Amino acid sequence: MKSMTWNATAMIAAAFALAACSGSPDTGSEGASSDTGDTMIVRHDTNPYPSTYEPMPSGTTLIRGATVFDGLGNTIENGDVLVENGRISAVGTGLEAPDGATIVDAAGRFVTPGIIDIHSHLGVYPSPGVSAHSDGNEATQPVTAEVWAEHSVWPQDPGFEAALAGGVTTLHILPGSANLFGGRGITLRNVPSRTVQGMKFPEAPYTLKMACGENPSRVYGRRGSSPATDMGNMAGYRAAWQRASDYRDSWHEYWDAAEAGEDASAPTRDLELDTMMGVLEGEILVQMHCYRADQMAQIMDLSEEFGYQVTTFHHAVEAYKIPDLLAENGTCTAVWADWGGFKMEAYDSVRENLAMTHANGACAMIHSDDDLNIQRLNQEVAKALGDGRRAGLDISDGEAWTWLSSNPAEALGIADQTGSLQPGLRADIVLWSGHPYSVYTQADNVWIDGALAFDRTDESLQPIRDFMLGQPGEGDQ
Amino acid sequence: MKHLISALAVGLALAGPALAQSYAVTNGRVVTNTDAGIIDDGTVLIRDGDIVAVGANVSIPAGTTVIDADGGWITPGIFAPVTQLGLIEVALESSTEDAGADDSAFSVALDVADGFNPNGTHIDSTRIEGVTRAALYPSTGHNLFAGQGALISTTGEYDSLFEEGSFVVADMSENGAETAGGSRSAAWAFLEAAFADARGYPGRFSGDHMGDALNRYDAAALVPVVRGRIPLVINVDRASDIRRALRFQRENAPARIIIHGGAEAWMVADEVAAAGVPVLFDPIRNLPGSFDRLGSTLEAANRLHQAGVTVAYTTQSADGYFNVRLLTQHAGNAVTHGVPWDAAFRSITLTPAAIYGVDARYGALAAGYSGDVVVWDGDPLEVMTGATHVLIDGEPVSMETRQTDLRDRYINITRDRPFAYQD
Repeated sequence: MKSMTWNATAMIAAAFALAACSGSPDTGSEGASSDTGDTMIVRHDTNPYPSTYEPMPSGTTLIRGATVFDGLGNTIENGDVLVENGRISAVGTGLEAPDGATIVDAAGRFVTPGIIDIHSHLGVYPSPGVSAHSDGNEATQPVTAEVWAEHSVWPQDPGFEAALAGGVTTLHILPGSANLFGGRGITLRNVPSRTVQGMKFPEAPYTLKMACGENPSRVYGRRGSSPATDMGNMAGYRAAWQRASDYRDSWHEYWDAAEAGEDASAPTRDLELDTMMGVLEGEILVQMHCYRADQMAQIMDLSEEFGYQVTTFHHAVEAYKIPDLLAENGTCTAVWADWGGFKMEAYDSVRENLAMTHANGACAMIHSDDDLNIQRLNQEVAKALGDGRRAGLDISDGEAWTWLSSNPAEALGIADQTGSLQPGLRADIVLWSGHPYSVYTQADNVWIDGALAFDRTDESLQPIRDFMLGQPGEGDQ
Repeated sequence: MKHLISALAVGLALAGPALAQSYAVTNGRVVTNTDAGIIDDGTVLIRDGDIVAVGANVSIPAGTTVIDADGGWITPGIFAPVTQLGLIEVALESSTEDAGADDSAFSVALDVADGFNPNGTHIDSTRIEGVTRAALYPSTGHNLFAGQGALISTTGEYDSLFEEGSFVVADMSENGAETAGGSRSAAWAFLEAAFADARGYPGRFSGDHMGDALNRYDAAALVPVVRGRIPLVINVDRASDIRRALRFQRENAPARIIIHGGAEAWMVADEVAAAGVPVLFDPIRNLPGSFDRLGSTLEAANRLHQAGVTVAYTTQSADGYFNVRLLTQHAGNAVTHGVPWDAAFRSITLTPAAIYGVDARYGALAAGYSGDVVVWDGDPLEVMTGATHVLIDGEPVSMETRQTDLRDRYINITRDRPFAYQD
């Protein structure tokens, strides 16, 4: 339906944009204009596949008497969380229940913000993992910033509902790491939908997946093409960023001239460079697969050379070696609790990576990169926390929940929307059967935008994707 | 450090029985895996490598080294039933990988013992998490048969491989079908032919004759399987394939099979239980990753338990060389989804030992068992719990690894000199 009305909408938006246009280059989200007339200034639509997500219906809910981790590091004993109109309206103790509120007795249980997984391939590498479902790596050339993960996401991946049962309310789907520039990532609400657009997190910034190290050089080196080495990787990034920089300059020169009323013609549109230009403009966040400390240091210099920011290093198994450099650069790290050994750049994995990186001052978080681990990221944090404490690091339970919600929210540019329990934020909440750092604990209820999206005891509140209908595993977790 | 302790132990042992090393692990909740059950505040007494007493009121002889569990848990060491410890150091670096042999002319004759490297660093990081015994599995390459497996302790010593030729592994899943020529039919025809070759060995290989499926070396290696002396491990997930495997066992007595994978075993659990076929199974592998396992579910572990199937847990969904140490977490999740704690814990200790026929020595805390004892700072299936002491063959092992060395090098990032210098 959206696509049928798009052209008309775009034309209207374009006309409006022309009239109102004052030349800011980043206001393209409303539409594009054509350059057929003297007074028309070309601005391409930066959001041609907009979110159609609508929260499920919700009422007023008071969750009462829980141990609450607010996601910002605080713990509230005997705490209450009030949800109204899909948003958190109050967090505290002894809250009054508004008329008509559903009251959830959470005594003895724990309440946390919904888990945000910043590194998932659900939908782009869905279950079952058949050849037709291998949609995560456009491994045909090393720079494919023009591809968008959302165009590969299969919303019927049964992995989504398994992640929901594990308390995941928001997830960031990335292209794979075969390429230097793998394409755009997309942030999704973990809700069933017939379309990807129906899952897209409204107004979440786009991201760009990049990759360091062994994967690109292995994939292309084997084909006898570049990059075949680490230095080839760096040359590939630099050449691409230089093109992107020139492309951006050409657009700014054009806009400046056109706005000054001069005769100017717009540069030829390049979809690959559009994405990279978005990074240089600070609108698209770089999410970069990188394992080794020395490689992360090189990439931070690269980003300085071309004037952009690496928002997050993903995997980062050697983050513990350079927390000072990461903190200085303001770059976060998203890591596993204990994976390693599968390739040389993962050889120096230590179980204390997350806790050490955090304790030594850098921004750190957990990630799954896996359709099973995403179902128990609370356990992954528990392991990392236990290992950190045994190594003498003093980190509280509540502080460690920042690794599951507020830190990934920051790194995805959605911390003003979700990731913590604060009035005004989206009511993305998990009620756990017990302490969420216990292996025996499960998510009892999951709310997304205040709507009960999952209930462990009510099969009518356990979504089943199309693929599982009529299969032996239908309805089982 | 590890070697220093061993050298000391050996020195003392050589000095004679009067100076035999004795250890008493005390002041903890003892999980015996025997009829004695769980002893809330117990002691395990070890002498000359073996357990000599377990109980609440064990008297500790003079000269015994006491290991205080400090109120934690004392359990048998974890027995990992499917691993590639010492066979893979860096998975993607084929020069460090000896689990599979894609291009070999041989299959059943391939013996993991030949490639086992006890100095592999992942053995150390597995050991300090409480895993004391493991089965070594070959990987299938371009052949239905992967080769022969072995049993190890995780001491990292050169004598730590304590049994070889323990089982043979064959892949009869969709992968095996592809290998055999494109269908299940091709795979089972090959397996039947291979058994016939082994049954006819050496007679049918006289002169220049070759087998229908196997060369003479592979046929010779399959003889103990055909005669039922060692089991055939069959990698298979789909319920119909599991039933086909059960039929194969019925038709090939005295050969015995073990199911590895078994995602849909719960769908035919009664038949599996009736056949007495054990299942090596990962309780958290719950997504329909392929059309072989659309029935994958977190409920499977409990359904198998309820049906009386003999189950040992694996880390199949993680890996077999780096994160075997997560076995306790996988077992903990089985408990979360309904399996009684005692049964889940046995599924990573005594049950795998029994499946490999070594449960008279490993997997329990009782007199006569090997001194494989782990002290934990809490419930061993809990994710925040860690092992504080590990004893193997009655000797405490080092808790230092390459990973802990890296941790200790970087935990304080303020340095005057580069990190490569010892502080």
